[in-house]
Amino acid sequence: MTKRQLLMKRYIFPVALAFGLIVGSASVQASEEGGLPPAGTNVQDQASLQRGAKLFFNYCVGCHSLKYMRYERIASDLGLTEAEVMENLNFTGAKFGEPVVSHMPAEMAAKWFGKAPPDLSLEVRAKGADWVNAYLNSFYLDPSRPVGWNNTVFPNASMPFPLWELQGLQTAVMTEAKPGEDAKVEKLVLSQPGKLTPAQFQQASRDLTTFLEYASEPAALERHHYGIWVLLFLAFFTLLAAMLKKEYWKDVH
Amino acid sequence: MANEVVDHGRRRFLTATTAVVGGIGIVSAAVPFIKSWEPSARAKAAGAPVTQSLAKIEAGQLLTVSWRSLPVFVLNRTKAQLATLPMVDSRLVDPKSDGASADQQPKYAQNEARSIKPEWLVMIGICTHLGCVPDFVPEIKPEPFDPEWKGGFYCPCHKSRYDLAGRVFQGVPAPKNLPVPPYHFIDDSTIQIGVDPKEAG
Amino acid sequence: MANVFTRVGDWVNERAPGMAPMYRAHMTEYYAPKNFNLWYYFGSLALLVLINQIVTGIFLTMNYNPSAAGAFNSVEYIMRDVEWGWLIRYMHSTGASLFFVVVFLHMFRGIMYGSYKKPRELVWLLGMLIFLVLMAEAFMGYVLPWGNMSFWGAKVIISLFGTIPYIGNTLVEWIMGDFLPADATLNRFFALHVIALPIVLLLLVVLHIAALHEVGSNNPDGVEIKKGPKGNRWDALKPADGIPFHPYYTVKDLVGVGFFLLIAAFIIFFAPTFGGWFLEHDNFIPANNLATPSHIKPVWYFTPFYAIVRMIPSFLGSAVWGVLAMFGAIAVLFALPWFDRGKVKSIRYRGTGFKVALGLFVVSFIALGAVGAGITAEVIPVWFGDVDVTFWENLFGRLMTLVYFGFFAFLWVYTHFGWEKTKPVPERVTTHD
Repeated sequence: MTKRQLLMKRYIFPVALAFGLIVGSASVQASEEGGLPPAGTNVQDQASLQRGAKLFFNYCVGCHSLKYMRYERIASDLGLTEAEVMENLNFTGAKFGEPVVSHMPAEMAAKWFGKAPPDLSLEVRAKGADWVNAYLNSFYLDPSRPVGWNNTVFPNASMPFPLWELQGLQTAVMTEAKPGEDAKVEKLVLSQPGKLTPAQFQQASRDLTTFLEYASEPAALERHHYGIWVLLFLAFFTLLAAMLKKEYWKDVH
Repeated sequence: MANEVVDHGRRRFLTATTAVVGGIGIVSAAVPFIKSWEPSARAKAAGAPVTQSLAKIEAGQLLTVSWRSLPVFVLNRTKAQLATLPMVDSRLVDPKSDGASADQQPKYAQNEARSIKPEWLVMIGICTHLGCVPDFVPEIKPEPFDPEWKGGFYCPCHKSRYDLAGRVFQGVPAPKNLPVPPYHFIDDSTIQIGVDPKEAG
Repeated sequence: MANVFTRVGDWVNERAPGMAPMYRAHMTEYYAPKNFNLWYYFGSLALLVLINQIVTGIFLTMNYNPSAAGAFNSVEYIMRDVEWGWLIRYMHSTGASLFFVVVFLHMFRGIMYGSYKKPRELVWLLGMLIFLVLMAEAFMGYVLPWGNMSFWGAKVIISLFGTIPYIGNTLVEWIMGDFLPADATLNRFFALHVIALPIVLLLLVVLHIAALHEVGSNNPDGVEIKKGPKGNRWDALKPADGIPFHPYYTVKDLVGVGFFLLIAAFIIFFAPTFGGWFLEHDNFIPANNLATPSHIKPVWYFTPFYAIVRMIPSFLGSAVWGVLAMFGAIAVLFALPWFDRGKVKSIRYRGTGFKVALGLFVVSFIALGAVGAGITAEVIPVWFGDVDVTFWENLFGRLMTLVYFGFFAFLWVYTHFGWEKTKPVPERVTTHD
């Protein structure tokens, strides 16, 4: 074998393994959520996080908690001051260091909606950002449901749609019912526009999803920050180790 | 084979460099583990400033408030009690709190009464010897542990004694005056423990 | 400085004269074949991961709360409130998966080069025991976060024992200490995961290495260097093809460690859930004894064995057969040295039949993993359209189960009756790469 072939043979495996892992993890992540449009969130986008936080605290916190998320952490991660958070976001009366807990009593909520509103601290980790974003875009009026709303991504969800005044009212166009089968939702149409245009609403739902994605793993901000340096350091160390190995192995014939 | 010359210099240099870089890596990797022992966000939140109303504390009465899980004594001192302070100066280790006890209180409490307002004593009730909570013994009368007792704090663990400003007596195991935490007056009858007057703005 | 080290060394040596010779016997005077290739990195890497798991594990116990009410919260507490807790947890969770990656590759290396054959059967058996304990260790660790997958994973795996006739149900209740996985289960799994099994693992690892150093390492040529000519540049009586483990293989393993840490760090910092394979989506939902996750499957390293359980139908009114088959799949690995009667060790000089069979064995293992992970159930309708998914999945899975066990049956027939056409094995190790 030529020297070149030898080199190929020696290094092709680790390189292929590393490459495979990277490509594999990316593609696995992409295919994971199956068929939903990508949410396009970016937790490094602080402006988007701030807009999303504002939406969450205006429309969601009435029913949903983020029981693992402290106001103080939100302030420091989103680049907000204590005063800004306590005045503009904290409507629960909690202290700055305390977590975000909704005021809604669980038993009352269970009575009103049939089910207590879940804590959303880990919603994006459990369901994926694409799912949450699609869910927020898929509410439609359905008089047959107890609260008057239904959802194509999560059929028979027990939640009324709190963002309707932003998005407007969507209604479903149904397929023709086949015998023995219920009619299915073919598509959703906007029957009454809201305060935002469809494009603006898409941005709003993406912001909200981004905030929830951040809330489900605040460490993601630190991870990316340190990760680069760790990889660079390890690459340097591996290079040194390889040189050291080569030097010692001159003895071996 | 054996006739080949080994470049010992290069070998030593590479060994040392790899060892140093690897050592830096191990030390850096240890840092997160060491830092994980620092008070967590939950502990810090639990240690947040505490607001306490003074309205119901009568003259001569002591209230113990929990701040960062520490017992904080809030004592409403009477005129008579304040008058005892200069009387014991000569028997104290550091009566002006500017010697061994200079760092036992914020600057704004470094005075004879060791407080912002003379009548209100706010201090952490942890003996500076080995960390017991001293008893409050306010009566001016001869005590078994001190025939000339003018009122103060007495530690049951190793018999350290402090006066009514938390200043330690001579000849006891405790080396320093009881510490005064940062605090400030929100209004005349409310204090906040854990925040300096300056920070409060 | 050097003088201080020498004096400390002398001081110790005077009081424990046996220690320096022991170090030499296992490091500077342990002669390993000089032709190790890439496949020989995974042993030292497994040791590295074991150390990582122990260190990060100790730090996780400092903030973890082993109770049904507190476990899930305490894991999120580690992830958010404890300084750097997220890193320690991700190092542990990523380490668990990489442990199996490394161990699977290490085992494959052993099969490929015949490292289980005489005189190394004991090394192989101890290694298999490590694998068995590692699976128990990983399973119990997986239960600790008390997410919904933890809970149902525990329920399903413990239920495997319920298929045993007569004593099954009693045994299941005894393992759980309750009628469902509960506080008692979590507490005993915690104790086993953090104390009992790690001690057993460490002991087995010491024995595994001690047994290896008794007989010496195998190599990609499957040549016994101890039987070859003597005399190398370090020692006139030691094998000519051997080189001291330290410094030659310590520096070489360091390169492997560097590459491995690069991959591990990439996962830890940029893809800690690895798309739901290392940390599963449904495990971010707290344990709920009333709702089974819709895609219930074990974590990826158990999926080949789990698939075997699923592929065996119940008959004679019992589900024990699938469970027997699963344990059988591990048992045949234990017995590998006795299935394979071939005299030639390395795949380099073995017959074509062995090469093909080993290839098929690997394919069956990965395919069973895909079946167990539910990948086939997703892929079949996409590729083949409107077909009976269960029928085709079962057919495929059963075929692959047959191939898995077939490997061992074939190997015995192939070698016992002397059908294997081997190539001549060289006298000395080759160093062509």
